[in-house]
Parts: sequence; C-alpha cells; structure tokens
Amino acid sequence: MTNELVDFVIISIALLAIGIYGVSVKRNAIRMLFAIEIIINAANLNLVAFARYIPNSKGQTFALFSIAIAAAEVAVGLALIIVAYRMYKNVDIAEFRSLKG
Amino acid sequence: MADAVFLAISVLTIGSAIAALELRSLIYGSISLMGTLGGVAGYFLLLDSPFVAMFQIAVYIGSIAVLILFTVMLVRRQLIFIKVEDKRRRYAGIGLMLIMMMSLGAIILSSGIKTIQTDAPPVDFRTIGEDFLTYYWPALILMALILASSVIGALTLARREDIENDQRTS
Repeated sequence: MTNELVDFVIISIALLAIGIYGVSVKRNAIRMLFAIEIIINAANLNLVAFARYIPNSKGQTFALFSIAIAAAEVAVGLALIIVAYRMYKNVDIAEFRSLKG
Repeated sequence: MADAVFLAISVLTIGSAIAALELRSLIYGSISLMGTLGGVAGYFLLLDSPFVAMFQIAVYIGSIAVLILFTVMLVRRQLIFIKVEDKRRRYAGIGLMLIMMMSLGAIILSSGIKTIQTDAPPVDFRTIGEDFLTYYWPALILMALILASSVIGALTLARREDIENDQRTS
C-alpha cells in the first residue's frame, strides 16, 4: 500500500477548512448546506482512514452511522430552507432574522 | 508517498469542493458537490473499504445530491444565480481557511502519525455486519427511528396548509 495515513488526514484537513470557509462566508442557505456536507465528508474520511491503518472495524461502522445521520440532517435542513423560502421569498440567511410563525 | 490515483482523486475532490462553493449557479454547484462526494467514495475504495464506498455512493450521490438538486429547482430563478457576499467577510473567511489548514497541518505533521504503517489485511465487511447486529443493535434501531422521524418531520414541515384549506373548502 503506497498511500500513507498522513495523506488522507491532510486531504481531510483541506476539506474541513474549505467547509468552514463556506459556512462562515456564504449567505445562501443552500450553499451553507453544501459546506456542511463537505465537513461531514471530511470527518467520515478521517474515520475510515484511521480504521484502515489501526486495523479495526469500528471506524467503518461509525462512518456508516454518520452517513445515515447526515442523510436525515439534509432532509430536515432542506425542508426548513423550503419553509423559510416560502415565508420570506428568499434563501439569504441575513433575511431570516425575525422567526415569526 | 501517494500514488497517481490518489493524486487524481485529490484534485477532483478538492477542486469540485471549491467549485461547489464558488460557482455562480447553484445547479452547477450541486453537480460539483456530487464530484466531491464521489471523490470521497474513491478514497474509501483506496482504503479497502468498498462497503462504505457503496453506501456513500448510494446515500450521498443517489439521494442527497438529487434532493439538493430538486430543492434548487424549487427556488426562484434569480435567486439561483445571485451571489450576495461581503468582500471583507470573504477575505476574512479565506484567512481563516488558510490559518486553519496551516495550524492543523503543522499539528498533524509534527505528531507521530507519519510513522504509522500497516500490513494488516483489510477488514472484511462481514465483520461490520456482525458489529451492527450484535454490539451496536440498539444504535441501529435508534438510527432507523431517527431516519423515520426525520422523514416525517421533513414532510410535515414542507406541507402547504393554504393549498389544503383551499381543497377542503372547494
């Protein structure tokens, strides 16, 4: 195996940093969701990489749990974005200041 | 050292992650997000965990990316292409990103992680299934309940009461 653990960890750090940039800079709610997805993927990559190099099956198990929970999170997040869009006719999070029912 | 496949997947993953956040159109953005997710699935294949890779492709590319595409299509056309952001905030974000990359990278490179090598055979997916059904079965059931409740919650949130009331009165 020519790839080393440190390569995967560095890619994971790069993905995490890009995701944090997206969350902190973007104002479009859907784009923020993209950034959150990228961060979750960085975490999963770390889990699986460490599970491979410290031979253990638990990392893969937790990565599978994490992927399933991320699916649930995206479904709820997109539903929230659609509700907010219907109320404010916008997906800009700066417009979502007043949360009235 | 990394091999050529790893470098190709890295370029695809990082490049499409940046494109997903920076492209003007949200539709192209969500398509490049698919590229990132597919690249991470490629890493899982390189790490000898094909089961997680298949799960990643089925759940992320098959359902999440398509769900995001449909949501983007529900939003008004001007909002898909508009890009409102603060210049100063953007530079601050890029600075934060670089600082984070460098500091975390320095921590990782100075730790003993480089010396970790393995000759162990890859984990069989039967072991993962066994883990799921023996030690982690409460978590598996809880996950199923969370997924079901999130789907019900999403449907309840996205329901349109005004249309229903119209249909009831007519």
